[in-house]
Amino acid sequence: MDKSETQSTNSGLAGAMEWIDKRFPATETFEYHMSRYYAPKNFNFWYYFGFLAMFVLVNQLVTGVWLTMNYVPSGDGAFASVEYIMRDVEYGWLMRYLHSTGASFFFVVVYLHMYRALRYGSYRGPRELLWLIGMAIFIALMAEGFFGYLLPWGNMSYWGAQVIVSLFGAIPYIGPDLMEWIRGDFLMSETTLNRFFALHVVALPLVLCILIFVHIVALHHVGSNNPDGIEIKKDKDENGVPRDGIPFHPYYTVHDIHAMVVFLFIFCAVVFFAPEMGGYFLEKPNFEMADPLKTPDHIAPVWYYTPFYAMLRAATFPLFGLSAKFWGFVVMIGAIVIPAALPWLDRSPVKSMRYKGSISRMMLTLFVISFFILGYLGTQAPSKAGTIAAQVCTAIYFAYFILMPWYTRVEKTQPEPERVTV
Amino acid sequence: MSEGAVNNTSGETDQENSTNSRRYFLIQATSAVGAVGAAGAAWPFIKYWTPSAKARAAGAPVKIDFSKLSPGEMLSPIVAWRGKPIFVVYRDQPSIDALETDSGGLADPDSTNPEQQPDFAVNPWRSERPEIGVYVGICTHLGCSPKYVETDNFENTGQGGFFCPCHGSKFDLAGRVVAGVPAPYNLEVPPYRFESDTVIVIG
Repeated sequence: MDKSETQSTNSGLAGAMEWIDKRFPATETFEYHMSRYYAPKNFNFWYYFGFLAMFVLVNQLVTGVWLTMNYVPSGDGAFASVEYIMRDVEYGWLMRYLHSTGASFFFVVVYLHMYRALRYGSYRGPRELLWLIGMAIFIALMAEGFFGYLLPWGNMSYWGAQVIVSLFGAIPYIGPDLMEWIRGDFLMSETTLNRFFALHVVALPLVLCILIFVHIVALHHVGSNNPDGIEIKKDKDENGVPRDGIPFHPYYTVHDIHAMVVFLFIFCAVVFFAPEMGGYFLEKPNFEMADPLKTPDHIAPVWYYTPFYAMLRAATFPLFGLSAKFWGFVVMIGAIVIPAALPWLDRSPVKSMRYKGSISRMMLTLFVISFFILGYLGTQAPSKAGTIAAQVCTAIYFAYFILMPWYTRVEKTQPEPERVTV
Repeated sequence: MSEGAVNNTSGETDQENSTNSRRYFLIQATSAVGAVGAAGAAWPFIKYWTPSAKARAAGAPVKIDFSKLSPGEMLSPIVAWRGKPIFVVYRDQPSIDALETDSGGLADPDSTNPEQQPDFAVNPWRSERPEIGVYVGICTHLGCSPKYVETDNFENTGQGGFFCPCHGSKFDLAGRVVAGVPAPYNLEVPPYRFESDTVIVIG
């Protein structure tokens, strides 16, 4: 700021910038968040996904706004308006496929982004709040996807939402009334569709944008973690710049644009050649209009919920006088929220998997494998063998978290390096 | 990575100069390619706002049967083409004659603005047949729909015409605008043809 007070003779662009800076901290903000935000220089592949998640968010917001221009949130009009968008509106098919494919890719990049945190201990202090905000984003995103899935008013939309809303019926005492309150009717109806529409297009996008803003403010306050899991702020040069840091702009902006181009190749290939992804991104029964009297032969949520859905189904026996249905609900909600406890579960002296011991590595590997198996099982019709497999995987999933305070303390770790390794 | 070049305030060497010009070229080239990509990506979003297939189908030509219309009347109820009111008037012989001779006080009596009518309607009646006039009933001032007035519209002849209640614009029976009113142009003549003696197709 003092620079702009001493030089007032600038003209042209520099003069305009000076005029703005005296009234709004444009340059200051840009420097704080971009050109003088020092990120560790050893970012690897896993560090692309935060940026990519933002990119997909923009895609969802823009295509979502455009779809809203022609979508009709009514029981009679919803399904027809989606077909109208697909057939009659100029590039309507593209807008819808960008949005539906974007939903799936949002979860792909967010899951990879979260895996990065598990791998390099990004949730550890001083980044506990950053992690909790991220968990809130994850839960808001799941809700956003769920509300959005009802909107096409296809038969899978209808019955999928019916199943998820019925989960709340498992809560003792208040369950049935709660279900009725959520639906606003005695069955999934136009009333439910209208409120889900409001939540999907207004409330949750607003919540998501605010949470993501706060996530980035928190990140830029504590600084980014890195694959070595060491704090670059501990070693600064005479100007106060971390010796292992490089300015986010231009180094990581260019780096991320490169990732965006590669991402777009894959994304566009799906949008143009496989938007339904064999029934995983857009499920087949959803090409039929919602029918409250006819359940599709096989109900499965969209793939990004299936690991949690498999855990819900894995609870098959009553316990402590409470029904299996209730425990399924508890297991599913528990599986979604338990990662929030990670900053306090991890007692290892080191953050990164590079220096943690063999038990941590093995547990993370088992965790990832069981998450994939659960994801697969959730897409399949229930079977006896499938249920047993799901129960084993659910046990591993929770063991990864619950046993973490123990195994991170007993295992032998390697010493962290002083400086980042490139 | 050449981090050394970033905050280098000492004198530039030749090598740095060539690095900088190459960097400048690469930035420009990348930005140009990026701009082309952004423009391409923007196209579907712009095109999305144009009339959909349904709207275009609804904007298809309409048929108007005026067999019950007698001289001196305007067709009622008013038919819409692309949501716009279409005025069909059946002029009697005195009106037809008056349109030809009485063009004083009109802003554009010879229909010189090619935007306002098809070529076949560049004549004193602004129509294909002198007795049948077909006009888009939207005032060229600010889009209100004028009223059909049978007589006393014009001080000179009293032949009738169209009067816009919003801001007082006046048009004669051929849709020609009177000088000194807010409307700048004559009423639009839609493209139309006679399918038979009593049926026209608009569009």
